[in-house]
Amino acid sequence: MAFKIKEVSAFYGGKQAVKNVSLAIQARSVTAIIGPSGCGKSTFIRCLNRMNDLVPQFRLEGEILYNGTNIYSRDLDITEVRRRIGMVFQKPNPFPKSIYENAAYGLRIQGISKKGTLDKVVEESLKKAALWEEVRDRLHASALALSGGQQQRLCIARAIATQPEVILFDEPCSALDPIATAKVEDLITALKKEYTVIIVTHNMQQAARVSDVTGFFMMGELIEFDITQKIFTAPSNKLTEDYITGRFG
Amino acid sequence: MKERFIEGALFLSALFSIFVTLGIIAVLFFETFGFFKEVSIIDFLTDTQWTPLFAEKHFGILPLFTGTFLTTLIAISVALPVGLISAIYLSEYASERIRTVVKPLLEVLAAVPTVVYGYFALLFVTPLLQKVIPDLAGFNALSPGIVMGVMIIPIVSSLSEDAMHAVPMGLREGAYALGATRLQVATRVVVPAAFSGIAASFILGISRAVGETMILAIAAGQQPRLTLNPLVPLETVTAYIVQVSLGDTPTGTIEYKTIFAVGISLFVVTFVLNMISYWLRQKFREVYE
Repeated sequence: MAFKIKEVSAFYGGKQAVKNVSLAIQARSVTAIIGPSGCGKSTFIRCLNRMNDLVPQFRLEGEILYNGTNIYSRDLDITEVRRRIGMVFQKPNPFPKSIYENAAYGLRIQGISKKGTLDKVVEESLKKAALWEEVRDRLHASALALSGGQQQRLCIARAIATQPEVILFDEPCSALDPIATAKVEDLITALKKEYTVIIVTHNMQQAARVSDVTGFFMMGELIEFDITQKIFTAPSNKLTEDYITGRFG
Repeated sequence: MKERFIEGALFLSALFSIFVTLGIIAVLFFETFGFFKEVSIIDFLTDTQWTPLFAEKHFGILPLFTGTFLTTLIAISVALPVGLISAIYLSEYASERIRTVVKPLLEVLAAVPTVVYGYFALLFVTPLLQKVIPDLAGFNALSPGIVMGVMIIPIVSSLSEDAMHAVPMGLREGAYALGATRLQVATRVVVPAAFSGIAASFILGISRAVGETMILAIAAGQQPRLTLNPLVPLETVTAYIVQVSLGDTPTGTIEYKTIFAVGISLFVVTFVLNMISYWLRQKFREVYE
């Protein structure tokens, strides 16, 4: 088990966004989190790399164990947690730097500046992100000149470059067109071999296509958590069935 | 009909300020032209003495410009680092509550009348500095330069902070998600992304220092001197203009015309600085969406 999440509740000030969620996530698998807008799925995934710490007044109850260690324990180095648990965001957010510097950023902030090492890691991670062939001739051009889909794959390369064990995807395709979406989905399936992938999506077909396990959230609660195929063919909860058949949401 | 009247009135107001500017430039040019009929432009730019009020007259602008250069240099070496660091603190570290208290307080610095700063430099800062540097003259470049720097801090910090605040949260999140520390996010993501705004605030601070008059007229002395020694009295371009304007120089004399020649030189410098700032803003504006 990569993650063991025990009775986690998350609050923004007085507002509770996630209610008493418990689940376990297998290493080297793709877990999808689905649910209607405002169901707490983004808040949930942002708890897993402590991204919510940036929000003033955020509070978490319960335990999130990663490889047996509580990532919210006080004496843990938060930058180390985030280095091992990478994240790709809803809107592509490359830095206003070159393609090369974007991919190398994670290493640079760790103090690595040897050109040979950087070159190697940049090439490897761009290849893994299926972007290398498209950008190899213009590594030093601005990342902002890339298309949205390319930018998102660059953000994936940037996350891969720090050699994380887990990659969190927070609705990675919601700003992309269908072709770019298909590329990112292929990539997610390929990444499963080496990484633990958790993806939040409001696109049910996407969850069905890419994931092994699916969790359905509603109003901050985890309604159902099971093998993806079972969730989409024979859900055991009436709410799940109503949602996946498009009766609401 | 009414709409057209309103549009016309708005257009006239815009036109008015343009005409005033053009008028000022025209007067400057006209009087400067008269000045250069009597003094060669070569002497003006290369002579190392500025003594138009003495019997033996020299018209070299260099001593005035080194004075301005030196005091500006001292001022910005206070204002740029302190202003930028305050901006980083306010934008990236301070809680919302501290920000709403500290930012307006910092801006009060800009609201102090410059004449007060001038006397503060002359009567408080200079004696204080003299305890550390015994060689410091009563009038000098160092003390008004530092005080001018303090006055400019809020220009730099406030504009830089606005620029940093406008950097999208997504960029910060991207860096944090890679394991960046707060300082790394501030210095390696936010500052570069806000570069155009920060650079523009620097230039604005510099042109404020170049144009500042009262503090220097009061505390720097009024002796044009070609020197880069901050411990002795000197005179800046602006302080000279005040000196002559306040004296009993008869209209039409060569002494009178020097004001315009000096004024237009200053105008050229601040104009160039403004153009640089404008260019920087255009060139680096919002490279991110």
